[in-house]
Parts: sequence; structure tokens; C-alpha cells
Amino acid sequence: MEALILLVPVSLLLGALGLVGFLWALRSRQYDDLEGAAARILFDDQPGKDPPP
Amino acid sequence: MTDLQRPLIAEAPQSTAACAHCGAALAPGQGRFCCTGCEAAYGLVRGLGLDAFYRRREAADGALRPEAAPPAFDALPLIHEEADGVKSLDLMISGLTCGACVWLVEQALAAEPDVMKARVCFSTRRLDLRWRGTAARGNELIALLSRLGFRLAPYTPACLRATEDAEGRALIRALGIAAFGAMNVMLVSIAVWVGEDMGAHTREMMHWLAALIGLPTVLVAGMPFYRSAANALRAGRVNMDMAVSLGVLATAGMSLIETFRNGPYTWFDGATALLALLLAGRVLDRAARRKARQAVAELLALQDGMVTLLMPDGSARLVPAAAVEAGQRLQIATGETLRLDGRAAVETLLDTAATTGESLPRGFGAAAPLPAGSVNMGAPFTLEVTAPLRDGSLAAMARLLESAEQSKGRFVSIADRAARFYVPIAHAIAAATFLLWWAGFGVVWQEALVNAVCVLLITCPCGLAIAVPAVQVVASGALFRRGVLVASATALERLASADSAVLDKTGTLTEGRPVLIPEGQKPEVLRAAASMARASRHPLAKALVRACPDAPLAPDTLEIAGQGLQSGAARLGSPGFCGVAGISDGMVLVYRVADTAPVIFRFADRLREDAPEAVAALKRLGLSVEVLSGDGPGAVASAAIAAGIADWRAEADPRTKAAHIEALKAEGRHPLMVGDGINDAAALAAAHVSASPAGATDLAQTTADIVLQREGLAVLPEAIRIARRAQILARQNIGFSLAYNLVAVPAAIAGLVNPLIAALVMASSSLIVIGNALRAGRA
Repeated sequence: MEALILLVPVSLLLGALGLVGFLWALRSRQYDDLEGAAARILFDDQPGKDPPP
Repeated sequence: MTDLQRPLIAEAPQSTAACAHCGAALAPGQGRFCCTGCEAAYGLVRGLGLDAFYRRREAADGALRPEAAPPAFDALPLIHEEADGVKSLDLMISGLTCGACVWLVEQALAAEPDVMKARVCFSTRRLDLRWRGTAARGNELIALLSRLGFRLAPYTPACLRATEDAEGRALIRALGIAAFGAMNVMLVSIAVWVGEDMGAHTREMMHWLAALIGLPTVLVAGMPFYRSAANALRAGRVNMDMAVSLGVLATAGMSLIETFRNGPYTWFDGATALLALLLAGRVLDRAARRKARQAVAELLALQDGMVTLLMPDGSARLVPAAAVEAGQRLQIATGETLRLDGRAAVETLLDTAATTGESLPRGFGAAAPLPAGSVNMGAPFTLEVTAPLRDGSLAAMARLLESAEQSKGRFVSIADRAARFYVPIAHAIAAATFLLWWAGFGVVWQEALVNAVCVLLITCPCGLAIAVPAVQVVASGALFRRGVLVASATALERLASADSAVLDKTGTLTEGRPVLIPEGQKPEVLRAAASMARASRHPLAKALVRACPDAPLAPDTLEIAGQGLQSGAARLGSPGFCGVAGISDGMVLVYRVADTAPVIFRFADRLREDAPEAVAALKRLGLSVEVLSGDGPGAVASAAIAAGIADWRAEADPRTKAAHIEALKAEGRHPLMVGDGINDAAALAAAHVSASPAGATDLAQTTADIVLQREGLAVLPEAIRIARRAQILARQNIGFSLAYNLVAVPAAIAGLVNPLIAALVMASSSLIVIGNALRAGRA
């Protein structure tokens, strides 16, 4: 039972980290173009030119 | 879909079956390309080293064919100046069909040395472009994309409104929080449910942990429901969200009491899981409708017009139509749509199909009032504006529309109707259960409350709340794939109950644009004439090019404004221009080489190919079909008879059309109005349910509940079939949820159910309802 004192806060902390990550992604508009993002991962690197800053 | 699953189109250049660029089927004798535009686009893509595009492309065949003459639009007034000479431009890009298009656009632009940023948002069709250099480069970059077959338009506030979805984002946020809460509360709760040998102190700690996570989750993630319930209460109505809110809050409140007195169980898990499930349904529902809204905004942005304002010093400037005042002068090019009412100092020839429904272009005398919405079929002229946009005839039409929409009243959807009797009954039963146990059987009030809350939880209309949205999501998605946009939330329900169809003629039954009537012209003559016509934007010249799309542009073609085209000794244009007498002007082009015999091309507004079939299908579905048009009796009668419709009315002005719809409604019928013109808008707004065909005017598209994206009417009966099927499924789902309650509620009243079982029962009923809804996608 003593393990709970450590494990429960740890599991909650990890969960909360995930939630914070989700809220951050939502706020930085990463959920606005789900279809585009799904296709973008398959693109090759850019030919000839460095990616724009 | 992964790359492996896609058909490999890389082989296309070797085969003769499909165009190497756009994938359209090739006519016999064509080499690798269906038209010169595609050949140029293919060369451009190859030249940029981007041929990988053809391996990824999964566009509909022909969707990428560049237009013969891409509509010129001047981006100069839209360009923003940033720091250090960087220019930025926001554009709406149309023609994106898959991820490969996004890649092609971004790479084609990135290959330009001065472009600093080119990013396409696939779902909103927004292109964010930044480059270093002169503003004029903006137009060159736009021309580059037009040559690839994409169409561009300014990113208007209307686009932005359709895209900006603050409420949708709030829902996703709530869903994320509810899912987090549900999962973590479950972690704690499962320990309590199975840990029968747990000590009292450990259990108390577990309860407090669950409350710590569960309470904030219920309060924050439930906000969309509480707000909607509060709004309904204030308006004196009852809706499903009230039952949801009360069920969730009562469960949370009771669990808090149990936590304080360290009771055996708390039920934060049920409350949070319920919220997560319901929010997931809402998010999906909203995403489907947002997609449809954006597609409508995309169509509208392509039509959104800039006008050429003539300055007092003689220079010309492109300005938005809304910025023009009365008394200013505009340059109207051939084939351009008049955005404002005005007068011309010369005689003009206008196509007024969109404003009055007349199918033939009509001559207007000098100084005659010219209606906004008509298309210039003659020579370019200068228009003196008589009324700004807000006071013009289009605005008057919009006001007519508003009054029609008000008279329509509020349509009560099936979910709301169910909520009206369901919610009070469910709450009354819960209250009765509490009184029965507390006062009747004399148990402690906490135990009586547990049973009452169980009733609330079981009756909490999870299945009922999901029953209708789930069906709508699936049905709207199925229609979207068929090119039918469902713009309003209750449109499907209303479409299912339509019992009579009222069709407009011009642009609905017919194509709404001139089509060449084949009269035995020799193919080589047609080809020669079409290659000259390619140089012009005149509607008849465009119709000629459509009749022979693979004709290359004839060299040295000269356009003589308002007369015709000249290329060497060959002439193509009005009868007078080619020296032919005795043919009245109108929908006629004459082609003549030097003094040889002239060849006459006649054009007509042709009946849509699938119109008779669609009308027959509508009749089979039990709808009475009639035609209501502003055109003359002769034209309306012949079109109606050809389409197989016996009942027709001609020469109806916008008010008459709306009045006719009102009369039908007064008879107790549910008319479906289909129309494309500005003159149909009021009737569309007044109708029980309305649809606008492909190529409709922007006013008709914004007014209609359903927008057809693809040519043809055949999809309309199919949409009605899908809507009716969806309605049947929605009813089944509601019936099923109620039947579930009939079994579960007595058990809850009897105290046989604890909140965990109640939550499980609810989740399983939701799953069955969702599974049933999936069947709505099949036609």
C-alpha cells in the first residue's frame, strides 16, 4: 500500500503532462488542419532549397 | 491511405488512356494530353523536378485541367507590406483534392528563389504566401499556380468566418479534458470497485482522489452542456442538454456527499465517462458540418468579385464592389457579371438569366437601367453606377429573403420534439423515486438519493442524445462524398419530409449557360473556330471551346471588342462582323474565312442530360414535380415537357415565386425548392427545404439548405433517399433508447441497479445506437 503514495501522484502527473501537451497543441492550432498534417508526413524533403526559416 | 494503396499513375505518360496531367480520359487521336493547358502544366511540373506529384496524385479525373483562360484577378490591393521589404498575401486556393496537391503547390512555390514561405492549409484551403521583392511578383506567383490547374481567389472575411470555429475548438478542448478526467478517475474507481478488502482509510483517500480529478472535470468539460441548457431555460424551452446537465451534476454532487461521509462508492467515473462520450459525438457532428460550410465558402470566394473602377483621371483600379458609390463609373468587360445597378451611355446586350430567368440575352437601350447580376454578352462598356451595393437591387433581394426566412419560423427537429416530453417525465420519475424511498419506505435520505440518481443516470439520454447526431454525421458524410453539401443542421430531416418539388428552369433544369447545338458543322471547321475562340472570354466563345476542348490556340488571333475575333483571313463573331445579313443577334456565332460561305454556330441553353431521369426518380419517390420560372411561356413549356413535367408556370417574378411557395405551404404541403438564380433566393428561403445546383449564384448558394457541388440533378433523388433512410434510422434509435429505459428504469426504481451498472448499461446502449447509425451511409 505504501507504493500508492508514490505511484498515484506519478501516474496523475504523467496524465496531467499529457493534458497540458494536448491543450498546448490545441492552442497553437495544430488541430486546425488534420487532413493536411496527415498527408504532409509522407512528403519527401524539399528539393534544391533549404526550408524557409 | 498509404502510398502503396494508391494507384500508380506514374505510368500514365506511356499509356494513351488518360491525360498525363489531369488524368481525364483521352479522345482517340490525342497523344498524351487532353488539352494544351494540361500539356503546359505537365511541362511546368517536370521542369520544376516535381514529377513525383503524378505518383501521389489521387484527384478525380479531370479536376486539375487548367482553364482555357484563367480568370484574371489582381492581387496588388491585397498584398501586405511586412518589415524588410517582405510581402505577404493570403489566398483561397481551389482545386486541392489530396495531399499531393498541397505538396505540389508548396514545392512549386518554394522553387522560386524569392519565396520565403508558402504554406497550404488543406482543410481551410488557405495559402499563406510570403516573398521578398516587388508586389508585382504576387501576380506572377498566382499565374504560376493557375497554369498548374489551381484556381485562386482572395481570402475573404466570409472564408475566414467559415473557417474560424471558436466553438468547435472549445468542444475539442472540453473533449480532451473529459477524456483525461474519465481515464484517471477510472484508475482510482476500479480499485474501489474491485478492492472489497480495502481498508476504510485507503478507500477514503481513493474517494478524495477521484473527487479531486472528477469535480473539476465535470465543471469544466460540461460547460458546453450547461450553457446550452441555461439558454434553453431562459427561452422557456426544454432540451436534451438539460437532462444531460442535471444527470451529470446530480451524480457529481451525490458522489461528493458520499466522499465526505466515506460511503462505499462514488460515481465520478460514470459522470466523466458520460461527458467524454457525449462530447465525442458533438465534435464529430460539428466537424462534418464545418466541412460542408467551408466547401460553400470556397465556392463563394471563387465568385466574389472585384470591379474595375474608372478614376476621374482615366486610370483604372480594381476595388471590391462594396466600396463603389453611386455616380462612379465602372469598366465592364465582355463576359463580366455586373455587380452593381447602373446605366450605360450605349446600347448593351445582357444575359439576365440569373436575375429574371430569361434564357436569351436581351438588348438594353442607352440609359436603360441595367440590373446587377446580369452578364455582359456584348462589347465592353462603361457603367455609371446608380446605387451602391447596400441600396441596390441585390440588397433589396436580400431583404426580401430575410422576411421570407422569418416567416419560415423555427423548425422543431425530431431530437427536440423527443426532448420535450422525455425530459420532464424523466425528472419527474427521478423525483418520485426519491420520495418513494425516503418518505414511503423510510430509508435514510442518502440511500434514497442513490436510487434517484440511478434513475437520472439511466434516463440521462445518452443514447437519445447520440441517436440523431450520429445518424446525421454518417448521412452528411455519405452525401458529402457524392458532392452534396448539407449546410443546415435540420436540412436532412426537412429533406426527408419533402412531398413536392418546385424546380426553376434556367440553370436548374437546364445547364444555365450556352451550349453549341450541333448542326452538322464539319469537325475541322469546328476545330478551327474553337482555336480562335480560345482567345476570347466571351460566353459564346467559351461555349465553342467547350464543344471542342482540345483545339489549340490559333496564332495571331486578334479580338475586336464587341464584334468578334480575327486571325489572318478568318473571322469569328457576330453576323454583322462577318458580313452576313438576315440573322438576328443573340446566341449565334458566325465563322467565315475570307469570302467563302459562312458557317453558323447556334447556341442554346440545353436541358441537363440527367434532368428527365432525375424528375422521374423524384416522382417515384412520391414527390409532385412542377416548374416555376421567370422565362417566357414557350421556353418554359418546352423545357418542362422535355423533362417530363406536366405542371409549369412561366413569367414568375421573385415575389410571385415566394408567394407560390407560401401557397403550397398553406395547403399543408412541404415543398422542396430547387433554384440557382438571384430571383429564386426568396423562394428558396421560404420553402420547407431548398437546394441549389452546381454553378448557382452566391445568393442562392448561401440561402439554400443543400448545395449540389457537381453538375447534374441525378444526385437530388439520391439525397432524398439517404435523408429518408437517415430519418428511419434516427427514429429506430430513439425508439430503441426509449425501450431500453422501459426495462432499466423500473429496475433502478426498485433499487436493483448501482451507478456503475447504470453507466455500463448506458454505454452499451450508445454503442448499439452508433452501430445502427453507421447504416445510414448506404444509399
